[in-house]
Amino acid sequence: MSEFVSLNHGSGGKQAHEFIRKLFAVKFGMHDPLTDSAVVKEYGFTLAFTTDSYVVDPLFFPGGNIGKLAVCGTVNDLSVSGAIPKYISASFIIEEGFPLNDLEVIAASMAEEATSAGVRIVTGDTKVVGKGKCDKLFITTAGTGIIKPGYEHISFGEKIKPGDRLIVNGPIGNHAIAVLGARNNLSFSSSVLSDCASLNHMIQSVLDKSDQVHFMRDLTRGGLAAVLYELAQLSKKGMIIEESSIPVDEPVRGLCEVLGFDPCYLANEGKLLIVAGEDEFESILSTLRSHPLGRKSEVIGSVVDGQKGNVVLNTNNGGRRILDIPSGIQLPRIC
Amino acid sequence: MKYIEEYRDRELVLKLVANIRKITKGKYSFMEVCGGHTSAIHRFGIPSLLPPEINLISGPGCPVCVTGTDFIDKAILYSQRANVIIVTFGDLIRVPGSSSSLEKEKMKGADIRIVYSGLEALNIARSNKDKTVIFLGIGFETTAPGTAVTIRLAEENGLDNFLLLSAHKVMPPVLEALVRDGVKINGFICPGHVAAITGSHIFEFLPKKHSLGCVIAGFEPADLLQTVLMLVRQVNAKSPAVEIQYTRAVTYRGNSIAQQQLSEVFEFSDAVWRGFGNIPESGLKLRKKYEKFDAEKIIPVSVDFHNENPHCICGDILRGLKKPDNCSLFRRACNPENPIGACMVSAEGACNSCYKYDRNE
Repeated sequence: MSEFVSLNHGSGGKQAHEFIRKLFAVKFGMHDPLTDSAVVKEYGFTLAFTTDSYVVDPLFFPGGNIGKLAVCGTVNDLSVSGAIPKYISASFIIEEGFPLNDLEVIAASMAEEATSAGVRIVTGDTKVVGKGKCDKLFITTAGTGIIKPGYEHISFGEKIKPGDRLIVNGPIGNHAIAVLGARNNLSFSSSVLSDCASLNHMIQSVLDKSDQVHFMRDLTRGGLAAVLYELAQLSKKGMIIEESSIPVDEPVRGLCEVLGFDPCYLANEGKLLIVAGEDEFESILSTLRSHPLGRKSEVIGSVVDGQKGNVVLNTNNGGRRILDIPSGIQLPRIC
Repeated sequence: MKYIEEYRDRELVLKLVANIRKITKGKYSFMEVCGGHTSAIHRFGIPSLLPPEINLISGPGCPVCVTGTDFIDKAILYSQRANVIIVTFGDLIRVPGSSSSLEKEKMKGADIRIVYSGLEALNIARSNKDKTVIFLGIGFETTAPGTAVTIRLAEENGLDNFLLLSAHKVMPPVLEALVRDGVKINGFICPGHVAAITGSHIFEFLPKKHSLGCVIAGFEPADLLQTVLMLVRQVNAKSPAVEIQYTRAVTYRGNSIAQQQLSEVFEFSDAVWRGFGNIPESGLKLRKKYEKFDAEKIIPVSVDFHNENPHCICGDILRGLKKPDNCSLFRRACNPENPIGACMVSAEGACNSCYKYDRNE
């Protein structure tokens, strides 16, 4: 490990994983798999518990703002663990001189998002630091939810097996491109909106109908590629992906071509990967498609016996290659 | 996406592959010179489509990879000076110098900013009048005209706090050096974007002097496969020539406006290439008329650079003599997180592309 913390350590890629494992997990006595939410048992109840900090730049972007993101992110981290999100905390680090009006708009977005997701923001904290001591506003949310009996395995992927299908709930990359477009140093503007959304209701509708959800993960930093890689490592199985099945909106595809990005590595804030059992993937797909946040869901590939720990991509043009975990910094401060 | 989708069409691709297989007789080695081609070849899984008799070798066409350690060391020295902002394209910041990298200097507090174009560097200079902004100009005939325009705009706007540290290079001398050094290939997949600027005629010495085929290629899968097909035909017919596959962008004479901008601002100079050492007349430096923008003239620095890790074979890879798998450091000590050689840093580098897209299955 190099001597100083670099932006790469926060990228969600390989360095970030190693950094977290070697520095924090060891000291805190945490064990693999390191999941988005901790799953803890107390007095016969299974709880999911998670926390996340938000430093997105700019604070306002097409399709959302840092406040909405802070609520959705935590709701989604809980939901993909198979939990029903319940209570959220919110801490604010605010730079001296920050416009109160902006703070009101951000707080209102948080309240609105919490209401529609059916969670309550029940505690919080504020700190104000001197001008230049932080960049405008950072928010940390934590959240807890209940995991009903029978869903504990989801977060650990214990039931993943060959033949399972990999489903995403719609076009990827929109959040990263929306945030990038809102930064004024890149001279492009686009109609792309962030996909920032709380996925808990959609996930619940799937869990209510099927017990064959074998794993879920939201496609945030590091994008689809990072999640598929983790999944392959976690399950010690291979993943075969059809590039032509991965949904990507046309403007995102175009901007990726221009800027040299691969949509598979771009961050999302309202997309997830579901590993669905072979027998019920079609009904899971149709449940997803009947929900507004999953209308464009697609099966993008499957779990296979060979290729252990690898993600193999069959390219659009008929070729074949590895889809590796992102390495180094993709785009800073996207969430 | 017009001009992209049709060149990725699976049926067209498979038809080209079948045609290549039909006429393949014996073994062929072709070098893709451009880093953009290296990256595209691996990203689209082209090696998985070609018959095993056809071997594609990466060449010295990734600007980050061929940039010498001395350039990185100079940029680091500049970054350590007070009131200096270094402005660079992204990949360069991770390239190891003799003892540090721009990324490490940034962590220690140097003001190093990443941009997508030289014009952004000008904006940084405009809004930081109390500082000296040094732009790291890097790239071949493709990006050098952009830097030329940037310098002319700096002149027109009377910016006196903007400097250029140039590592711009030109293609023909290094191809000559490759052939002289004995690279074993049957032809070149020539860089489409360089040729869009220069015109196809700059490659004519290759068939004439060295009997090597040249096909100037586009960057999509069908482009690359059609290029291979054209090269195989040239080899089979023993009639090496310069052909243009990338006709939607490349002409014989090229882009005269860009060429004018280039020669207005730059002149040829010696340049150090990683793996090759000094190659006469292979670099671009600012003409006397514009030397007030030349960082090395205005703030002279001298560096005492050390050579790279003795086990690193980037030099041989850039000269087409070895492949990443031949390196004892590849995938072990050298990986994208801890790059030892420049070919692992850049997304267009041979080692980075192989690491990212290929794996023994």
